Amino acid sequence: MSKILVIGQHADGKLNSGIAKVVNAAKAIGGDIHVAIFANDGAAVAAQAAALDGVAKVLVVDRAGNDDYVASAIAPQIVALTQSGGYSHVLAAGTTSGKDFLPRVAAKLGVQQVSDVMAVHSATSFDRPIYAGNAILTVEAPAAPAIVATIRLASFQATGAAAAAAPIEKISVDAAIPTHTRFVKLEAQKSERPELQSATRVVSGGRALGSSENFSIIYSLADKLKAGVGASRAAVDSGYVPNDMQVGQTGKIIAPELYFAIGISGAIQHLAGIKDARTIVAINKDPEAPIFEVADYGLVGDLFQLVPELEAKA
Amino acid sequence: MKALVSVKRVIDYNVRIQVKPDGSGVVVDGVKHSVNPFDEIAMEEAVRLKEKGKLTEIIAVTVGGAKCEETLRTALAFGADRAVHVKVDDEIQPLTAAQALAAVFKKEGAELFFLGKQAIDDDAAQTGQMVAALLDLPQATFASAVAIDGGKATVTREVDAGLETLEFDLPGIITTDLRLNEPRYLKLPDIMKAKKKPIEVVGLGDLGVTATAGLKSVKTANPPKRSKGVMVKTVDELVTALKAKGLI
Repeated sequence: MSKILVIGQHADGKLNSGIAKVVNAAKAIGGDIHVAIFANDGAAVAAQAAALDGVAKVLVVDRAGNDDYVASAIAPQIVALTQSGGYSHVLAAGTTSGKDFLPRVAAKLGVQQVSDVMAVHSATSFDRPIYAGNAILTVEAPAAPAIVATIRLASFQATGAAAAAAPIEKISVDAAIPTHTRFVKLEAQKSERPELQSATRVVSGGRALGSSENFSIIYSLADKLKAGVGASRAAVDSGYVPNDMQVGQTGKIIAPELYFAIGISGAIQHLAGIKDARTIVAINKDPEAPIFEVADYGLVGDLFQLVPELEAKA
Repeated sequence: MKALVSVKRVIDYNVRIQVKPDGSGVVVDGVKHSVNPFDEIAMEEAVRLKEKGKLTEIIAVTVGGAKCEETLRTALAFGADRAVHVKVDDEIQPLTAAQALAAVFKKEGAELFFLGKQAIDDDAAQTGQMVAALLDLPQATFASAVAIDGGKATVTREVDAGLETLEFDLPGIITTDLRLNEPRYLKLPDIMKAKKKPIEVVGLGDLGVTATAGLKSVKTANPPKRSKGVMVKTVDELVTALKAKGLI
């Protein structure tokens, strides 16, 4: 039977919302699921992981500096834990942080990483997207020494709450931590709105908004719908909104229940980020825009009239 | 200070890829190829650092078949001084590529290694991190700004939460994201000059690397298609439809 280590990424004392999805991917593999929390003081985050259905045990590795999640410092601890614990699988959320530290773990274990798992066929067989999701590759990974994989969050539902909390164990790992890399700062975009990757509704604006001032109609509609706000790469590159709002192949890949693409033409790279949205609504003045090929509901017209009207009537 | 820049030959990003009907992969024959766009950004960044006097030499490197010579010529036209072609005929996976690249980095005594954050063919996004792991060196992935000073690199990274800044002691590995720079257009004289620059050809064996088996590709398939929806004429019609489905 598999013994699966899930890396419990976190920030600001909160377990990353993607971990519940990674645990669900681990359940599809089948086996004993342990979540490892690497933190300065992981007690609070560990309790959140212990409440997830399917988790057999939570391991806490406290160390000053772990909160910064510097890849060269986290990776050797994961490698040591994988080897001492005899894990068959090491899984991380496919966030920028998971994509940063996990290949380092794979290289140290001498294995290829399976990137962006979108479906689990068996303990060793997985689907992953290639060519920006324009093709799906099924791979078979060698079982030994371990399978190392990042999970594409948009492809999995979150696991539910456990009937009883899993046990939490404080452990220490024997790893040499290099000091050559230092975390300096994080400039986070603070927002009262739902976070893009976990929001059930998302409203995105594109280049057609024309300016960062005009983007206010997008924010206003989003607030009415209690939605997260995203943007196309064109809108980000034009400087209307900060880069962390970018939805697409090179930005965030999201899977909300309801997605509004407003003034977004629908370049391949944007579509790659919204393929898994349940319902897509597109508003665009160009009836030939490619976004209408994938939209469940399309509305052609001037967004500056239609969006405020939609806000008033929704 | 020397810098190494890796460049990969991939299907051009404008090409609509086609999955082979037998599921054995995607059609690559007769399809336009070019330098992985993220690697062009890596190349551009190294050239800018050299123009600022931070680097003395730029060495381009690739791991791949005979046709990758074109890719290296493009890198040389950008401004690499010379190139190393690790020639392999079979398709190789990121760990093997990383082992070869790590060996070249060591052999050349380079202090900075720029790679694209991912190749747009396999989208694995692993190689740079693996090189750093194999050499036990610092890594800064998804870079959107790079400053080199006094034996240190300060790198701004594009992360989910915003922008993160890391500082590391050289030598180290940097993978480049879209917003780091805009690669220059190549001019004819540079393309001509690139033809005369030296390319050293080595094999995996020369670098002491044996290809690891790794992942087996079982099949390649088309992604599930989204069906085309309906066009509504008015906001009222849209609101009614969304309310009927319980979406708003």
